[in-house]
Amino acid sequence: MSEQIEQALSKQYEAGFYSEIESDTFENGLDESIIRRISAMKNEPEWMLEWRLKAYHSWLEMEEPDWAHVDYPKVDYQAISYYSSPKSMKDKPKSLDEVDPELLDVYNKLGIPLHEQEMLAGVAVDAVFDSVSVVTTFREKLHEAGVIFCPISEAIQKYPELVKKYIGSVVPRTDNYFAALNSAVFTDGSFVYIPKGVRCPMELSTYFRINEQNTGQFERTLIVADEGSHVSYLEGCTAPQRDENQLHAAVVELVALDKANIKYSTVQNWYPGDENGKGGIYNFVTKRGICHNDAKISWTQVETGSAVTWKYPSCVLKGDNSVGEFYSVALTRGRQQADTGTKMIHLGKNTRSTIISKGISAGKSNNAYRGLVQMGPKSDGARNFTQCDSLLIGDQCGAHTFPYIESRNPSAIVEHEATTSKVSDEQLFLAQQRGLDAEKAVSMIVNGFCKEVFKELPMEFAVEAGKLLEISLEGSVG
Amino acid sequence: MLSIDNLHASVEDKTIIKGLNLEVKPGEVHAIMGPNGAGKSTLGYVLSGREGYEVNEGAATLNGKDLLDLEVEERAREGLFLAFQYPVEIPGVSNMEFLKESVNALREHRGEEPLTAAEFLKKAKAACKQVNLPLDFLKRGVNEGFSGGEKKRNEIMQMILLEPSLCILDESDSGLDVDALQVVADGVNSQRDGQRSFIVVTHYQRLLDYIKPDFVHILADGKIVKSGDASLALEVEKSGYAFLGKAYEEADA
Repeated sequence: MSEQIEQALSKQYEAGFYSEIESDTFENGLDESIIRRISAMKNEPEWMLEWRLKAYHSWLEMEEPDWAHVDYPKVDYQAISYYSSPKSMKDKPKSLDEVDPELLDVYNKLGIPLHEQEMLAGVAVDAVFDSVSVVTTFREKLHEAGVIFCPISEAIQKYPELVKKYIGSVVPRTDNYFAALNSAVFTDGSFVYIPKGVRCPMELSTYFRINEQNTGQFERTLIVADEGSHVSYLEGCTAPQRDENQLHAAVVELVALDKANIKYSTVQNWYPGDENGKGGIYNFVTKRGICHNDAKISWTQVETGSAVTWKYPSCVLKGDNSVGEFYSVALTRGRQQADTGTKMIHLGKNTRSTIISKGISAGKSNNAYRGLVQMGPKSDGARNFTQCDSLLIGDQCGAHTFPYIESRNPSAIVEHEATTSKVSDEQLFLAQQRGLDAEKAVSMIVNGFCKEVFKELPMEFAVEAGKLLEISLEGSVG
Repeated sequence: MLSIDNLHASVEDKTIIKGLNLEVKPGEVHAIMGPNGAGKSTLGYVLSGREGYEVNEGAATLNGKDLLDLEVEERAREGLFLAFQYPVEIPGVSNMEFLKESVNALREHRGEEPLTAAEFLKKAKAACKQVNLPLDFLKRGVNEGFSGGEKKRNEIMQMILLEPSLCILDESDSGLDVDALQVVADGVNSQRDGQRSFIVVTHYQRLLDYIKPDFVHILADGKIVKSGDASLALEVEKSGYAFLGKAYEEADA
């Protein structure tokens, strides 16, 4: 059966095609002048440029972190172009009809037809193609509810006071090496503001796609949910095949003010590289949210792509009675490496957090869970529950768990459960003896393993996630 | 139906089946008994195609098809069902989901329309009832947290739903009390329709009080050394396998 695994795992990446759209692209390299040019291209105010420059100077002083359980050749930051935008987007389309048909075709190949999405799920799509947001739909409907959902570059122009107040408030410029780099050079991303007491009338969704060769992708997302508001945000991404490694260093900041509720779901399917691990995306992402009193932030992620993943969506539970949740499925195969998990920082009283992490390793991949649960001195009555399960497929992959627990409050309760299991020959044999083929059997076993996380995903995303796992696992029998 | 001709099979280079012949006609029930290590369970695994069980010589056909040439799932779709001695757990996958996929995989193979959720549920509920399992077993993970007896009954429930043409029961009586044994036997007997055939592998004669075999075979050292009718089982019950003499001692060693 291990031959079957090999075969299945050497399968070509389904989204691996490259579309030819002319682009405006900066020459490779990074210095102050590049940052000034990015800022000028975006027509940014002076404060934004200064903020970027400060980030850049901090970044110069910082060292690339090497503590993660991943191994990859050093990134040459001077060999990357820091800006690229599809050329035909210069005169900003107002609707899908004005969008480059070739671009729309890319989405269609990926099975995410925007036209259908508009009509279907009532999802507003802010599609990001490389670094510039090209399509924003449902703007008006959201406008009626007072919801702001726009590219962050637009928000910097239109809502400077909001952006200025919150950008960097959760992930400071100097937070870490990749966050500092992002702060200096981010080119686009989404901005969301939900006013007081408003329940966002639809799920907000952004599809990311990295398309231009050799360009770094530095998204910056900022979501502010004002008091008592609710929002569910979906992020999904996939990228075409290429040879050069691509760096992706995004920053996502969530602010949940008193009694607000933010649900952030991700399906990530970037190119993982070929069977030798060549050419995949490096995904070094900083995602963090802050909860004020009685607020709740819930992260759900399904990670199947990228060559190297370094990602810890976290919650700072600052307010009393606030709630943080992290539900994760991370699947690695081939030579993929993932070091992912979360941080739950309990500062307020009676704060609660739940962590459910499901790691699946196949092929020659390595999958690590790294989580920190920190109970601060004032977190009276705080509780955490962590469940961390690993599933191995085949005998050449690895699963690792690095839980860190720090409690400075005697009344806080922290629970950690962990299991490691294998898709066993017995399980496969049972399923096959009942007439199921090996692929179906593996996908069923893995889906069963992930059930607790999938049920947290919004409906349409759950279907997509199930499909994604099935495609990723095709034939991976062991 | 099933025809086994001079079968030789090994596990990890150790030959376990050493020239086995067996002919099973439609509607027949064959019991296979024998001392520990005789190759009883191995026979079921070899016929169903489990990985690691190598056929070195001989042939086996089911309804005229060369079994040994087929993948595990293809054999199942051709109507071969193996009730496991120790069914494994599949956490998080509900019995219902699992069985519906199985039933529909078999139906697809036969060129039939898949069952709708409602049609399947009706059948599944009836099957559950037949083996005395509460309906919530359909919602639970496959064998997850089931007791030994529940697992065995769950196997019979699957057999009822999948409607195979040949059922191999691998020590389905082991670890069962008398009541559970009765339930398992009733489930099996309910499926005897004059067409469906059974190979009942057992260590004890007890099960054969409930499932009446047409033939009893004694397997020792990888071969059928004696065949007879139901009375042969009673003989074994009375005097053990000592009559096997040398072959028994070798197998038991």
